[in-house]
Amino acid sequence: MKPASFDYHAPTTVDEALALLEANGPDSRLLAGGQSLVPMMNFRLAAPPVIVDLNRIPDLAYIEDHGDVVCIGAMTRQRAVESSALVADKLPVLSAAIKLVGHLPTRSRGTIGGSIAHADPAAELPMVLQALDGAVVVRGPNGRRTIAASELFQDAMTTSITADEILVEVRLPVMPAGAGYAVEEFARRHGDFAVAAVTAVILREGNRCASARIATAGISSHSERLRAAEQVLEQHGLGDGAIARAAETAAGMVEPLADRHASAGYRRQLTQVLTERAVRRAAGR
Amino acid sequence: MTRMVDVRLTVNGKTCEGRCEPRTLLADFLRDDLSLTGTHVGCEHGACGACTVLFNGEAARACIMFAVQADGADIVTVEGIARGSALHPLQAAFHQHHGLQCGFCTPGMLITALDSARQPVAQRIRGASGAVRGALPLHRLSEHRHGCDGGRRDDAARAGLERDRLR
Repeated sequence: MKPASFDYHAPTTVDEALALLEANGPDSRLLAGGQSLVPMMNFRLAAPPVIVDLNRIPDLAYIEDHGDVVCIGAMTRQRAVESSALVADKLPVLSAAIKLVGHLPTRSRGTIGGSIAHADPAAELPMVLQALDGAVVVRGPNGRRTIAASELFQDAMTTSITADEILVEVRLPVMPAGAGYAVEEFARRHGDFAVAAVTAVILREGNRCASARIATAGISSHSERLRAAEQVLEQHGLGDGAIARAAETAAGMVEPLADRHASAGYRRQLTQVLTERAVRRAAGR
Repeated sequence: MTRMVDVRLTVNGKTCEGRCEPRTLLADFLRDDLSLTGTHVGCEHGACGACTVLFNGEAARACIMFAVQADGADIVTVEGIARGSALHPLQAAFHQHHGLQCGFCTPGMLITALDSARQPVAQRIRGASGAVRGALPLHRLSEHRHGCDGGRRDDAARAGLERDRLR
């Protein structure tokens, strides 16, 4: 199918884009990489009367080292993130996860900010934002504000970014030296949406677990941190028993979706298996 | 009445111009306005890969991009990869090894294979093993979802790359 008609605007600055959102109100929709929105428009699941295309705003594409945080412009292509030496060095878990986002040709266009703002329940990038305790910077009519990952995702494809705001930057704290990580994903084929995925980032001190981060994708209506499972590891270490208990805790605390790909029960089981695998692999590095 | 937009872009080395609605997909613009029908339209949601073109040197799905977004861009379609009347080594290898079945997806597979071959990962693998063989990750082509152009394309693509030396 083909998309419905729309008015097209391609601003070259964020200020212009914000003015267009204000002028057009709820009719307008931001277009980032388009790898989710345009398919939805082709199927007429979405028919926004006004498209504000962010692809002509050069200032929104960058990857910058700010010491203890890496700042990535919202319109940075997933492919640029994938091939970034800075990301590989400071945020290796992001390098690992981004290879699971769609396919090479969709990563050429797809953006880090677009994927996070779209908040598909199965998307990998919100999971990484959660696992690294990152944040996004948004700009709106009242200026800039920073939204922590824990405050961002509200429901499937629903975030706390308001309709008159634009996600302009993704901020990810640099992983501590020596932190282990693993992204475990179950999908029917490579590049498919995750039926379930778990990311673990573990900072080990001997047999102790100094800090654990466990985040999901594809399991619930939105990506979430599994704090209670993390605490099991932080309190009981990284032995087999503790890891098994953390995985059980993870499975017990999620509220899995049910769809044609997997029942809720199956997703709960996957949560347990993938958490155990991810933690084991992250702790073993 | 929808406002029409002018689109001026380079396709296979030639400057092309057209006028279309903003909602016109790049794949349809190439086919209907520029009569370049080698770019095929399959699933229309970016999964099957039949519409893949090089957009400023990188493989991208032309069915989930608007033509107006390609204004000023450099596009290469399957029509642009042969060297004069000689098939590109990848095309020749697909042909020789019968790396296709019905052939509908093949234009997109060729473009994805071409881009994958230029990836740093491919270069690294070649550097380590001293050979191109294995340089093309199988999943890159398994990303194409028509299903009928089975596994032979991977062997064909590798053979083409060996001959092509990735250039």
